[in-house]
Amino acid sequence: MLSFATRRFFILLLTLLVVSFSVFVVVASNERALRALAVGELGSRTTPEEAKSWINREIFHKCPKGERDLANCEPYPVYERYWDWLSGFVVGDWGYSIVFKKHILGYSEYKLDSRGEVIKDRDGVPRPNKDPWGVINERLTATGILAFWTFIPMVFFALLVGVIAGMNEGSKTDRSLSVLSIATTSMPEYVSGILFTVLFATSFGVFAWLAAFFDIFSFTDTWFDSWAKRSPLKAVSNYDKDGTSFAVLFLPVITVAIYGFGYIARMTRASMAEVMASQYIRTAILKGVPRRKVVLSHALRNALIAPFTIIMLQFPFLLSGVVIVEIIFNYKGFGFALNKAATNMDFNLIVACSVVSVIVVLLTQFISDIGYIILNPRLRKQ
Amino acid sequence: MVFFSLLGEMFVTLWPVWLALLIVMGGSYMNRHRMGLYGHIYDSPVGMIGLFLVLFWVFCALLAGFMDLYGPLETVKGMKNAPLMSVPTTVENAQPFIFGGDKIQRDVFSRIIWGTQLVLPIAIFATAVSFTVGITLGLAAGYKGGWLDTIISFIANAVLSFPVIVLFYLIVLMGKESNLPIALAGIIFLFPIALLFFGLFGYFGGWSRKLLIACLIIGPFLVFAYLRLAYNLPGLGWLADWAARTFGGGDQETASSITIWVRDFLRLPGNMLNVFVAVSFASAPGAFRIVRGLALDTKTRDYVSAAETRGENAWYIMIFEILPNVRGPLIVDAALRVGYTTILLGTLGFLGIGLGTESPDWGSMINFGRSLLRIYPHMVLPPAIAIMTLVLGLNLLADAMREQSLKD
Repeated sequence: MLSFATRRFFILLLTLLVVSFSVFVVVASNERALRALAVGELGSRTTPEEAKSWINREIFHKCPKGERDLANCEPYPVYERYWDWLSGFVVGDWGYSIVFKKHILGYSEYKLDSRGEVIKDRDGVPRPNKDPWGVINERLTATGILAFWTFIPMVFFALLVGVIAGMNEGSKTDRSLSVLSIATTSMPEYVSGILFTVLFATSFGVFAWLAAFFDIFSFTDTWFDSWAKRSPLKAVSNYDKDGTSFAVLFLPVITVAIYGFGYIARMTRASMAEVMASQYIRTAILKGVPRRKVVLSHALRNALIAPFTIIMLQFPFLLSGVVIVEIIFNYKGFGFALNKAATNMDFNLIVACSVVSVIVVLLTQFISDIGYIILNPRLRKQ
Repeated sequence: MVFFSLLGEMFVTLWPVWLALLIVMGGSYMNRHRMGLYGHIYDSPVGMIGLFLVLFWVFCALLAGFMDLYGPLETVKGMKNAPLMSVPTTVENAQPFIFGGDKIQRDVFSRIIWGTQLVLPIAIFATAVSFTVGITLGLAAGYKGGWLDTIISFIANAVLSFPVIVLFYLIVLMGKESNLPIALAGIIFLFPIALLFFGLFGYFGGWSRKLLIACLIIGPFLVFAYLRLAYNLPGLGWLADWAARTFGGGDQETASSITIWVRDFLRLPGNMLNVFVAVSFASAPGAFRIVRGLALDTKTRDYVSAAETRGENAWYIMIFEILPNVRGPLIVDAALRVGYTTILLGTLGFLGIGLGTESPDWGSMINFGRSLLRIYPHMVLPPAIAIMTLVLGLNLLADAMREQSLKD
């Protein structure tokens, strides 16, 4: 068990190295985009030399000939830059985000410049930082809240539906639940997000219809009408301004949850159906154990081993979904930052975001591998 | 009331589709007992619904030319943000805009129908390419095992550890300015050729004169197609001129259309190469995993050992013994994967890094109309529902095929 875990962990580290190197090469070798970034920061009259020195100073922070010769520095070989980046990455110095104008990771009491040094006034007093947390800390927290609230209802309902469908394999309940879960897997986030927005947060939606309906009974325009005009659910969930609340999170959460729900439900159903068809369940039923007890104490435990792995392996999809949803609903989280970084060619932040998302995915895979062994008694003893 | 006239108008406009659906589905339903797996789909209502949805969009793509539509980029005066079923007043006897007009006065309905001609071919061909990658590598990794399996699986897992969106940002957005998509295209488009070569190699039992002759016959065309698709091989102007002169018959219009056809033959225009590569690259590791699993499962069967005892070539065993015997799960997975590819394509369009804002593919349409969603949902809802129904159809179809193949 322990040796298995160590081996998996080494594979994880190796994958992380390979992946981060490829990401770094893809982003760093894109010199035209870097030059465009420099021109965007410095203005359209920038000469190539100025652009080059800006890139060397602000992004690579390096020149063997010293500060004065930045413009004449030849670009470093990419593996050397990668090594610099990696040694910074390991100790938590992830660089400076050009788009957000602040450091990427960590807590800093004082304002930092793009080289990670404290900005001082003329009198040498360090300037205090109103916004001390780095981009990734802030954004990943916001996304973590969203992902957490997505995950709980999604997993709960998926397991419930899957178990109920798998318990009665072949029945009408099973059929209709299967079709339901197929239907939800055909709704990617950018489709369901739009449907829910129109349904719940526009003057065409259900709240408007309710208002119109109640208008017939002349319940006048107090309650529902104000609902229709200002729906309680926010189509634009500004996490920045509003923090987190039910109104902010409701639409994003159901949007992501719906897409992931179907797959987990179907896997749970398959696993449950397999367990229900096995010998020991038949024995229990023939022995006269009540059906409720058969399902709850005999079948359920074994049937939930496979879905556990599936759920953990859903994380890459969840992460992709969260990015889309954050763009749709303007929720200022990790995905929003990634989108902004990528469209503005924010070198350090793109690399950081990509590597962070890969780390999250690899860690969940690791947990799923280990958890599978811990949950499965047959494998545990080996 | 608008709703019913909308349905009626849609029914009339789409007449070629209904006709084709009636002929194909009716005819197949009559002869369903003679048609193998395809006929079995008609035994389950779920499968019929799925097939109906899929064929509906396929016929929309094939028969769009016969319908009374506006052009995908055609603008009509006075139709900016027009509501459902509004009729242009500036043109006489004009067709109504069934789903209204968009921000720049184009007909949403027509654009959706034209969009099928982009969405379906890209989804299908990208899936096909990712499957050839998956089959070539998956068979080799599963059947041969060893260090080959270790290396290929490691790479596949590394690609799979990216969330798709990050992959898209890296390939398409970063790639716009660099040679990355072309490099990836160069790798990905090698696999169909490799699979064909290995098939011939196995079929002729290793190196032989017949193999050489076959390669000489089909090789040049394949190399041409490869260079054209992956590297956009230039310099076909003289060929186009020659074809126009020879086959044009002195007619200016025919000659220019021949020139355009030859010049654009097997060429992926604009951003399409990037999109195509990104989508097939994202979906290939999944196909690889499935094929590898199936190959691992199948290689212990008796017929494989029999072939090994006969002294058959390894590629013969992989392609002519293992592959045909795992076709069932592969067909089901292919249907699911076309749906997934459609979703990926929509994602690219939605993020605004797809085929471009002008293009009538559904994801880009959603992105284009999204800013006005809460005032004018009619620009965004139809393409969203189009994506949903196409993917739903494919998923239902795959589910029905799986059920029916389990029954046998």
